[in-house]
Amino acid sequence: MEKGAEVKPPISDTTIAGWLKKNLFSTKLNSFLTIITLYYLWKTIPPFVKWAFLDSAWFTPPQMCRNIDGACWSVITKNIRFILFGFFPYDQQWRPLVAMLVLFGLLYYSKERHRWNRRLIYYWGVGLTIMAILMKGGIFGLTSVESTKWSGLPLTLLLSVFGLTAAYPLGVILALGRQSKMPAVKVLSIVYIELIRGVPLISLLFMGSIIFPLFLPEGITISKILRAQVAIILFTAAYIAEVVRGGLQAIPKGQYEAAASLGLNYYQTMRLVVLPQALKIVIPPTVSVLISAFKDTSLVVIIALYDVLKTTQTVLSDPHWMGFSREAYIFLAILYFLGCFSMSQTSRKLERELNIER
Amino acid sequence: MRMWRLIAIAGVLFLSISAVQAGTLDDVKARGYLIAGVNGSIFGFSMPDEKGVWRGLDVDTARAIAAAIFGDASKVKFVPLTAVQRLPALQSKEVDVLCRNTTHTLTRDTVNGLNFAHVNFYDGQGFMVHKKLGVKSAKELDGATVCVLPGTTTELNAADFFKKNNMKWKPVVIEQATELNKAFFSGRCDVLTSDTSQLAAHRAVAPNPDDYVILPEIISKEPLAPVVRHGDDQWFDIVNWTVMALIQAEEFGITSKNVDEMLKSQDPAIQRFLGVTPGLGSALGLDDKWAYNIIKQVGNYGEIFERNVGPKTPLGLPRGLNALWTQGGLMYAAPFR
Repeated sequence: MEKGAEVKPPISDTTIAGWLKKNLFSTKLNSFLTIITLYYLWKTIPPFVKWAFLDSAWFTPPQMCRNIDGACWSVITKNIRFILFGFFPYDQQWRPLVAMLVLFGLLYYSKERHRWNRRLIYYWGVGLTIMAILMKGGIFGLTSVESTKWSGLPLTLLLSVFGLTAAYPLGVILALGRQSKMPAVKVLSIVYIELIRGVPLISLLFMGSIIFPLFLPEGITISKILRAQVAIILFTAAYIAEVVRGGLQAIPKGQYEAAASLGLNYYQTMRLVVLPQALKIVIPPTVSVLISAFKDTSLVVIIALYDVLKTTQTVLSDPHWMGFSREAYIFLAILYFLGCFSMSQTSRKLERELNIER
Repeated sequence: MRMWRLIAIAGVLFLSISAVQAGTLDDVKARGYLIAGVNGSIFGFSMPDEKGVWRGLDVDTARAIAAAIFGDASKVKFVPLTAVQRLPALQSKEVDVLCRNTTHTLTRDTVNGLNFAHVNFYDGQGFMVHKKLGVKSAKELDGATVCVLPGTTTELNAADFFKKNNMKWKPVVIEQATELNKAFFSGRCDVLTSDTSQLAAHRAVAPNPDDYVILPEIISKEPLAPVVRHGDDQWFDIVNWTVMALIQAEEFGITSKNVDEMLKSQDPAIQRFLGVTPGLGSALGLDDKWAYNIIKQVGNYGEIFERNVGPKTPLGLPRGLNALWTQGGLMYAAPFR
């Protein structure tokens, strides 16, 4: 190509004015919408910043908070230990903190797909043991803490991380069961999935916490947390099963036949040919189910488990801090957003990597 | 609705076998601690403080029971329960006793298979309005919008009251107590109705507490009492007499501070009460020092009241109906002899 023939990029790509014209003021309607949006932002953002940062109080006692116009973040900072750790003995609260850090470390480490090997399983084994010891205590000179005192953020994480990791394989098995040629397995799977999907999670939690104990033999009580955990697993598994079934149906019949002609049996076909493709297809809906299950764990409030939502609400029913619910719920929203957003980011990363391989 | 039917069936099933069970005291002693069901989010009655330690009038009542049994008020575990959970939790033996703002009613006492001990707090439903409305009596509230919590007897009582007085009302139903208050104080409704103890609590934290008045009409009786299961009379006696011991101690003038001096009292009634003259404790199946332990570790009823809901707390409740009978209230304990 000759030098003189070089074409300059259009003006709209190089200057700010050009970019503005192209993207924000291209037509009358767009100009109008831009102005409306700017006006709305101008009306909302500065007052919010003023409320949340400029006029706000961060570490004051509650009486001071009532005299200011801005946000009272003290409701969080002054009660942060109860909000995060609830009833865990006050002088022992470093233990759930360390346990959570271990969990975050493990989750972060597991993000990279090239680390998904046997060693990762050992790491998780060790990590989970450490977490269990920290939470439960009773050995190595740690005082014993019963599970009824687990509350706050560790409880939310416990319910969601274990709920999701247990529900996923169960869901896959149920999906396979529903596609099975064995009538008993098929009927059982269908009945399970439809029964569980037919009731709201709240009613499962109620059944677990109220009705189930009435049928237990004398003297046996199962921890409330475990009962809620099982309800969440059963519920989420049914939804995952249907999502995975969608993936299985997307696999062309030729794949099954090809596997059969290679002499693979059922388990080999599923493990080596069908599931790797099917599960990859359904990553986006699966993650949706997992994210909503994560948020659903907050429903345990109704059976009086003190997850992080309930501990925050408890702080709000203290007359000293009553009325600062905006600040408290914004804080909670941020916590939940961080959880959900990191899940969706991880899944998108996973999707990208799996597509490159294709 | 299916849920409720299931719960009812489960309850009936339970009741049919409950008659043969007894010995809660032995169970509790073998376990080494008492399990008490509490509300968990009512300030002044049962709520954890910022260190996760339980505080409140109901909580202290449960501690008193533990002190009576074990001589150690700390040997109690608290299980927070929702309004729906509380009765099944007691029936399924998940908790030994319920100290959870539960109103004593005929249905609960009979059909639900429960026994109510002596009342530890007399409450009643009232109305709070803004002063600028100029309302002096609840009878003038025709056409008012009323903020009310759903699903409690509060809503039904209010409906009954307005119907009885031929008045119209517009209920504004909001599930969360904190949000309900916000709605009231921001002017979304004219009237807030709840138990008067709660109204006082909400007024205490209002932007301008002096702008609001609680109307004189009390439209319901809410005797709140600890609850146990049917079928274990000894256990019922222990819970019942623990509450009465708290009241009697105040009447005797025995406090956590002077209880040791009171041991030397020459009054035979006090000697019997504190176990200097043995007999009362063993009649209950407890140590004769039971009342001494309660007062020493938890205090008498007056001390518990002042500490949790009295004028020096954010609730700032007057004794009112909860004063001793000698001071114009309803707190009256049967004789300890």
